[in-house]
Amino acid sequence: MTGRPANETVMSRVAARDRSARRRYRHGWRLAGGIAAAAVGVVLLIWTLLPVYNMVLIALDDEGQEFTGSLWPTDPSLESFRVIWTQDHWYLEHFWHQFGNSIFLGLATMMLTVVIGSLASFAIGRMRLRRGQLIGDAALLTYMLPTAILIIPFVHIMHVYGLSDSLWAVIAAYVAFATPYAVLILHQYGKLVPMELDECARIDGASPVQIYLRIYLPLMTPALVAVGVYALLLAWNDYLYQFMLLSSTRNMTVAAAIDQFFDSDEAPWNYMMAVALVYSLPPIAIYFALRRFMSFDRVHT
Amino acid sequence: MSSAQQVLSLQTSMAAGRARRPRWYFRLQGSDTAWAIAFVIPYAAVFAAFVAYPVVFGLWMGSRPALYSLLFSDPRYVDTLINTLLFVCIGVNVKMFLAFLVSGFFMQRRWWVRSLLVVFLLPWALPALSVFLSIHYMLVSQWGLLDTLWTAVTGADGPLFLVSRGTAMAANIVAYIWKWLPFWTLIFLGARMAIPREIYEAAAIDGATSIQQTIHVTFPLMANVYLVATLLSTLWTLGDFPTVYFVSSGAPARTTDVLATYGFHQAFNFGHPELGAAAMMSALPLVIPIVILLIRRLHRIGVQL
Repeated sequence: MTGRPANETVMSRVAARDRSARRRYRHGWRLAGGIAAAAVGVVLLIWTLLPVYNMVLIALDDEGQEFTGSLWPTDPSLESFRVIWTQDHWYLEHFWHQFGNSIFLGLATMMLTVVIGSLASFAIGRMRLRRGQLIGDAALLTYMLPTAILIIPFVHIMHVYGLSDSLWAVIAAYVAFATPYAVLILHQYGKLVPMELDECARIDGASPVQIYLRIYLPLMTPALVAVGVYALLLAWNDYLYQFMLLSSTRNMTVAAAIDQFFDSDEAPWNYMMAVALVYSLPPIAIYFALRRFMSFDRVHT
Repeated sequence: MSSAQQVLSLQTSMAAGRARRPRWYFRLQGSDTAWAIAFVIPYAAVFAAFVAYPVVFGLWMGSRPALYSLLFSDPRYVDTLINTLLFVCIGVNVKMFLAFLVSGFFMQRRWWVRSLLVVFLLPWALPALSVFLSIHYMLVSQWGLLDTLWTAVTGADGPLFLVSRGTAMAANIVAYIWKWLPFWTLIFLGARMAIPREIYEAAAIDGATSIQQTIHVTFPLMANVYLVATLLSTLWTLGDFPTVYFVSSGAPARTTDVLATYGFHQAFNFGHPELGAAAMMSALPLVIPIVILLIRRLHRIGVQL
């Protein structure tokens, strides 16, 4: 009887020691995990930012042809950005006009993709057009296509259509490549909108056009925004089609104009990197503005 | 911008199209059918004029067998084929595996990991043009940033990346991974989020370590997404143009071209459009089986759902 409590305290003391050892052990692991995570984080950060930092570094250099060979800007100057702003170099004579062309290209692609894509997905998803699945199949096949391999026939075909050196040729190409994604995504999202709404409207005598405009489009707004941004970024970020289909300085976009820089040997690299930075600003702005729409944010909250 | 879900939503959209026959709530009446057809016409017209016609025209341009014997007599074309295979096989697989690992890293609930994700996705938002030019300048000269870094760390002169074919090809592949890793990480992050926590809890109770959980829980559940993503990415990478065009730009002496840049130079710099089209068409023996595999895989997932 008397030994028992003593035994119990020994037991509990052993248990306590064991527990604290385990806690220390777990604590140690968590610390090690934290350090490892931080190390991975630093590696990822450097990996991601190195080329971006290089752009800034070269753009801030006012020499252009030669590099200082240092890791940070020794004599930072905004000279390259002033040159771009005032178009003070013969490569940059039409820079802001070309920037305008790029914006026009992006917006026209976005509008046409949204309109054509939503009409098609309305017809096959909501009106249930017979053989509508063919459209879906065509969209899926186009979506899988590596678009760059079409450039050679495309250039010829644009001559046939009389659209050489026209922004509309590039818009047509991008709309053709962006609408499949639009049809697939809108078709998908449209399933979340109850069919009964359309039926009620029909019974009340609404025409298909009215249903499309008054019910379908307003309810699909989030998906339309997603598809529109996709088309806009596709047009802004692609390069090959712009520079192959546009040849005159007046009709060029920024992406097409940069190729002249790249081809020339005496091109000042600092201006080129400054142009690249300025050209990157709109997509970065869109990215930060629409972070809310992106799935990873929704996923995290 | 829900492109993170695009692979997944593609699966389900195919699923709904195939698995569930549309029920006809009411038959389309005459005028309604006319409207429906009118709504589809813009898309059908764009598809016919700017997708189907170029595809057929390209096939026709590259259809003469003589073109292919001409191609194979060019040693650079053989180099190009090897480069393309290396670029696609190594680039896509390393990128996908890294994306799988990195998406696991971003599953952590630490605050700084979430902020890091915003920065990490930046390469995806930046225009390929800007970043590949920047990478080109990092590599191209002995004053480039990489060389400076190399000297700062080792004290010796750095390698001249674009002078040998091996390092130039490696530079292309690394640049390609840099640009596209974030996008696929986002896809896999979405797929990881879709796995119920309860499965991990059950595995943990059974005594599975986190590595065992990754191998026996995460990977089997993500295998479908992983495979579909890899196939889709392979298709897109086969036609990848800007990476090689800007990063190595074929240096040294056009030995690091891939099919897209080789065909491009044949068509527009050397004035042989048919040869260029034939070169690009020579990706078809790889493209067609992958398309069939991908569509069948999507159908199968569709039937399962």
